[in-house]
Amino acid sequence: MEIKSIKSQFPIFKNKINGKPLIYLDNANSSQKPKSVIERISKFYSKEFSNIGRSVHSLAVTATNRFEDTRDLVKKYINAKSREEIIFTKNATEAINLVASSYGENFIKKGDEILITELEHHANYVPWHFLRQKKGAVIKFAECNEKGEVDIDEIKKLISNKTKIIAITHLSNVTGAIMPIKKIVDMASKKKIPVLVDGCQGAPHLKLNMQELGCDFYAISCHKMYGPTGVGILYAKKKWVDILPPYQGGGGMIEEVKKDNITYPQSPTKYEAGTLQTAEVVGFSESIKFIEDIGIKKIMEHEKEILEYGLDEIKKNNSVRVIGDPKNRGSIISFTIKGIHPHDIATILDEDGVAIRAGHHCCQILHEKMGIAASARASLGIYNSKDDIDALSSAIKKCNKVFNS
Amino acid sequence: MDIKELYQDIILDHGKNPRNKNKCKDFNKDAKGHNPLCGDKVHVYIKLDKEKKVEDISFEGEGCAISMASASIMTEIVKGKEFNVAKKILEHFLNMLKEGSKLSINSLTDDENTRMMSLSGVKQFPMRVKCATLAWHTFMHAVEGNRNTVKTEK
Repeated sequence: MEIKSIKSQFPIFKNKINGKPLIYLDNANSSQKPKSVIERISKFYSKEFSNIGRSVHSLAVTATNRFEDTRDLVKKYINAKSREEIIFTKNATEAINLVASSYGENFIKKGDEILITELEHHANYVPWHFLRQKKGAVIKFAECNEKGEVDIDEIKKLISNKTKIIAITHLSNVTGAIMPIKKIVDMASKKKIPVLVDGCQGAPHLKLNMQELGCDFYAISCHKMYGPTGVGILYAKKKWVDILPPYQGGGGMIEEVKKDNITYPQSPTKYEAGTLQTAEVVGFSESIKFIEDIGIKKIMEHEKEILEYGLDEIKKNNSVRVIGDPKNRGSIISFTIKGIHPHDIATILDEDGVAIRAGHHCCQILHEKMGIAASARASLGIYNSKDDIDALSSAIKKCNKVFNS
Repeated sequence: MDIKELYQDIILDHGKNPRNKNKCKDFNKDAKGHNPLCGDKVHVYIKLDKEKKVEDISFEGEGCAISMASASIMTEIVKGKEFNVAKKILEHFLNMLKEGSKLSINSLTDDENTRMMSLSGVKQFPMRVKCATLAWHTFMHAVEGNRNTVKTEK
């Protein structure tokens, strides 16, 4: 695969950072945007914009069609059964909050158990904590091992007849561990426990097939998939959208409004209150096309090659400790350097144009478990090459030099 | 700018070997500071006499080189000084980090001035200013008896 030609589709790489070419290794945080996505948004505002789903004039029809076309594209891309299962949200966080609220309100009562893992991003913990506070539910954490992965048996042993939902990440944003979702779903479905998957890191890097995966809910962050900010997607199985109540109330999500009663339409309309991020959703259609043009299989192969090279290179430096060693790892290398705080690492790397993330990556529980307050994280995207890893390695050597001179 | 302007030898020295990093004996004021985004944490202990002079001061905590060096240097600078003088130094210090102005305080010796100035490079790194100011804000909280943890994220 010609990475140079892929990289050239991203205008941001034409800019210099501190006088150096940009080496962007913060993709787990957010990815950069190809020209096609940026231009699609511009074209939509220049030629097709109107509010959707409300007016009957030509522009409104065009805008509505483009918006709904994206829903169809998403449905096809993730192999959902029907378009009612695709709900646009402002981000993956809102997607999880929607489930915690609509499902939690109706199916979780005092003493019921919510099963999550120690790997979870705060976005897949805090919404359940709200429910714990509001309903008196109990949150159980499946333990993460020293390899930075959660063994399926750890989940199994926490399942009880009070377990009302299992909420797990597809791919850890710290250790890169890929969870065996299908196996977990098979295990949970025998006990009729729904499974929510936080797919923020999974969606950009793994093949998505909802019917095969079998999960009940899957949350997607579009800005991590080379798409615009402000768009998230909740995939929710038809059986759930048929019965779960709306999340937010407002215009656009009603069927009939009377002084004494209000009725709601079917999904996805009932979950999409107010004016939506129309242009961004339409822009996201180009992200899917971008990914499909390259092919997710090729993306996975390429990222695996760079990841393995990256792990080998970075481990050559004796002062570096890589966080976790999961059997099945995707696109993420979190690390610490002896005697240098991650924020100092990130600042020194930045001087060389190398953009990484430092901190707890919204995973305080996991960092505490690993016995560290923070870590540095290099995370890959489709445009990264071995040259980027080499730049990372030499910037890390510079950290050693600055701090040990 | 060169990264060495941020990580000057004085900062690296104080970052690696922080001074007064312990819980000082007979402290009568203390406060905690937390920089949630970075994870920097400090706990400042002060022995303040009746005239509001800082008889002794120390800190405990963990964080980046900038936050630890700043805390270490702060304890050295304010020890033995009146609270009002320390407050004045903090004002100048904040101006230095925000506006890039020079420190012009008579109560600082040349050596103290050099140590304070070693943090001036932080101005070029806006995301790191809060690392440099955390210990100072925590010092103010401690003296003023504010029990809330100092948080650099508003």
